[in-house]
Amino acid sequence: MSIDINEIKKAENLVYKKSSVLTDKVMHYCPGCSHGAVNRIMAEVIEELDLQEETIGVTPVGCSVLLYNYIDIDWQEAAHGRAPALATAIKRLRPDKYVVTYQGDGDLAAIGTAETIHACNRGENIIMIFINNGIYGMTGGQMAPTTLEGMKSSTSPFGRDVARDGNPLNMTQIVASLPGTSYVTRQSVHTAAAARKMKRSLKKAFENQKNNKGTSFIEVVSTCSSGWKMTPAQSNKWMVENMFPSYPLGDLKDE
Amino acid sequence: MAKNRGAIEVDIATCKGCYLCVEACPFDVIDLADEVNAKGYNYAYMKNPEKCTGCANCAMVCPDSCITVYKMTIKS
Amino acid sequence: MREVRLMKGNEAIAEAAIRCGVDGYFGYPITPQSEVMETLMDLKPWETTGMEVLQAESEVASINMLYGGAGCGKKVMTSSSSPGISLMQEGLSYLAGAELPCVVVNVVRGGPGLGTIQPSQSDYFQSVRGGGHGDYNTIVLAPSSVQEMSDFVELAFDLAFKYRNPAIILSDGMIGQMMEKVEMKPFKKRWTNEEIEKYCPWATTGKKKDRERNIITSVELDSQVFESFNHKLVAKYRKMEEEEVRFESFQCEDADYIIVAYGSSARICQKSIDILRSKGIKAGLLRPITLFPFPKAELNSIADRVKGMLSVEMSTGQMVEDVRLAVEGKVKVEHFGRVGGMVHSPEEVVEALEQKIIGG
Repeated sequence: MSIDINEIKKAENLVYKKSSVLTDKVMHYCPGCSHGAVNRIMAEVIEELDLQEETIGVTPVGCSVLLYNYIDIDWQEAAHGRAPALATAIKRLRPDKYVVTYQGDGDLAAIGTAETIHACNRGENIIMIFINNGIYGMTGGQMAPTTLEGMKSSTSPFGRDVARDGNPLNMTQIVASLPGTSYVTRQSVHTAAAARKMKRSLKKAFENQKNNKGTSFIEVVSTCSSGWKMTPAQSNKWMVENMFPSYPLGDLKDE
Repeated sequence: MAKNRGAIEVDIATCKGCYLCVEACPFDVIDLADEVNAKGYNYAYMKNPEKCTGCANCAMVCPDSCITVYKMTIKS
Repeated sequence: MREVRLMKGNEAIAEAAIRCGVDGYFGYPITPQSEVMETLMDLKPWETTGMEVLQAESEVASINMLYGGAGCGKKVMTSSSSPGISLMQEGLSYLAGAELPCVVVNVVRGGPGLGTIQPSQSDYFQSVRGGGHGDYNTIVLAPSSVQEMSDFVELAFDLAFKYRNPAIILSDGMIGQMMEKVEMKPFKKRWTNEEIEKYCPWATTGKKKDRERNIITSVELDSQVFESFNHKLVAKYRKMEEEEVRFESFQCEDADYIIVAYGSSARICQKSIDILRSKGIKAGLLRPITLFPFPKAELNSIADRVKGMLSVEMSTGQMVEDVRLAVEGKVKVEHFGRVGGMVHSPEEVVEALEQKIIGG
């Protein structure tokens, strides 16, 4: 049965449109970058929970430093690795607001290790989003604390040599062991199903903050096509085959 | 029997041609155009519009929020 | 009724913070200033004024907590001593770059490195020249008594908020640890969130529908825009130099020789002036209270009528450079000071003036 496409594209048939909490600014991320999908999910959750006026975000140093250009809420841009320190103060001084940090692996798991661990250990009532793509994207693809063994980067051009470079750091496992975290999960956004799951996790994290449950920590195992030197589709496949065994998806803690 | 018919609208100007929507589509609806947008990206378009069910999987994986999805149920 | 108490400089800081309506203190222990946080924890202001007090995991975290709190328009402060303040420099640069008001107390100890826990004034350059990366300045207040430790907390916040800029109280181990009587100020209420929205429309208080989102940031990738921003900052610092210079002069009117000293060193030099006067030498003391902005104009004007100046500081010679810049070569300016935690005596200062300036 044939039907005119314009018959379908009517307001009453609309099932998905860009969130009103996203700005009109074109994202600066590379094509296929996971950041874009996670940013979108954040905006959708904030819109659906009607928390645009109630949420204060903290951006990191890294590819997502300019995240404040895309999600239409109040933002603070932190020094490299210090987002959890900012969020600690913001939440303690404005407990009536929802506070979300957004950090990459270099930011959260290398330079900001102390801030991450101590904020989680104090059980700061915040949401921490951790984008783990195993590489420093913004500075041009250097080795990250989460770079896999054997994985190539511009500072491990022959692959990460554990004997020389040390082991990949499983930060999510570490924070799950801390008493201050209430919800620790590892998600991804590479498929529609994964993205929907990620969205549910983020909603739950907001719900946890509302109920003063302590730190909700969401790792998003992500791709970096530019850094990995693959197409976005190849990156997704590579991530599933190589990243997921080391960083398996699912809840590590849900109390 | 009721059947879902869908359609997508791609914001050509902001699409970066990453191909993730093409991969995510279960019904081979989407492909990248031969033409490029102002930024030089081959943008996504509905190659097989009649196959679209409006499942929105493409929009779920789109990193640039450039896909709008419509869906209607047609009773035959 | 006046409320006068005998207290340590560090305790005075803590009391003053609670009384002037500070919203949050974030710190990390280090000698010789640990009494600031100890006093706060003891007084439990979260039960009275609602002030938050948190022992952070490091000075790095503390200063970034200030950034977060200040970004919300809250009155936030920290205190530390030299090595800890060094750790905070990145944060101070970000605070200055994001134009955030906050107060940082440095109870200076001798350096470099871990150095000594004894008093020193060797962090002068770090304080008045920005300290971190980039072109910026912080307001620097130098108390020379426990009373001023108390009074300058509120003054520092007033200036910090007036200019949306970090303010530093540059004290030292001597003033931090000494006990003096202090006239306490009455309690002032903390700003309500509604007042913050009124006074700090730039703060992240949750994006209301009737305004654009507020973004606290120091990054700007457009060089033209960022050049303008740097000029805007400089204009702010020039305005501070025009409007906020504070100093105290002591027998400068008829003086032939001027001793320039701040903080604890200025206290010692007052005695030196007495000794010099008793010997028939007309000496006066100029005590900068604001080290940035520095009392350049006053020193320049004094230089027209005196024969020489001696900058007396517990460092190997830092403020002396600002004195020299201020007098523009009109008179001889020399430095004297003990270092490494040693404190000069009034007699040593007298001898230095006689040798380096009068006889030199």
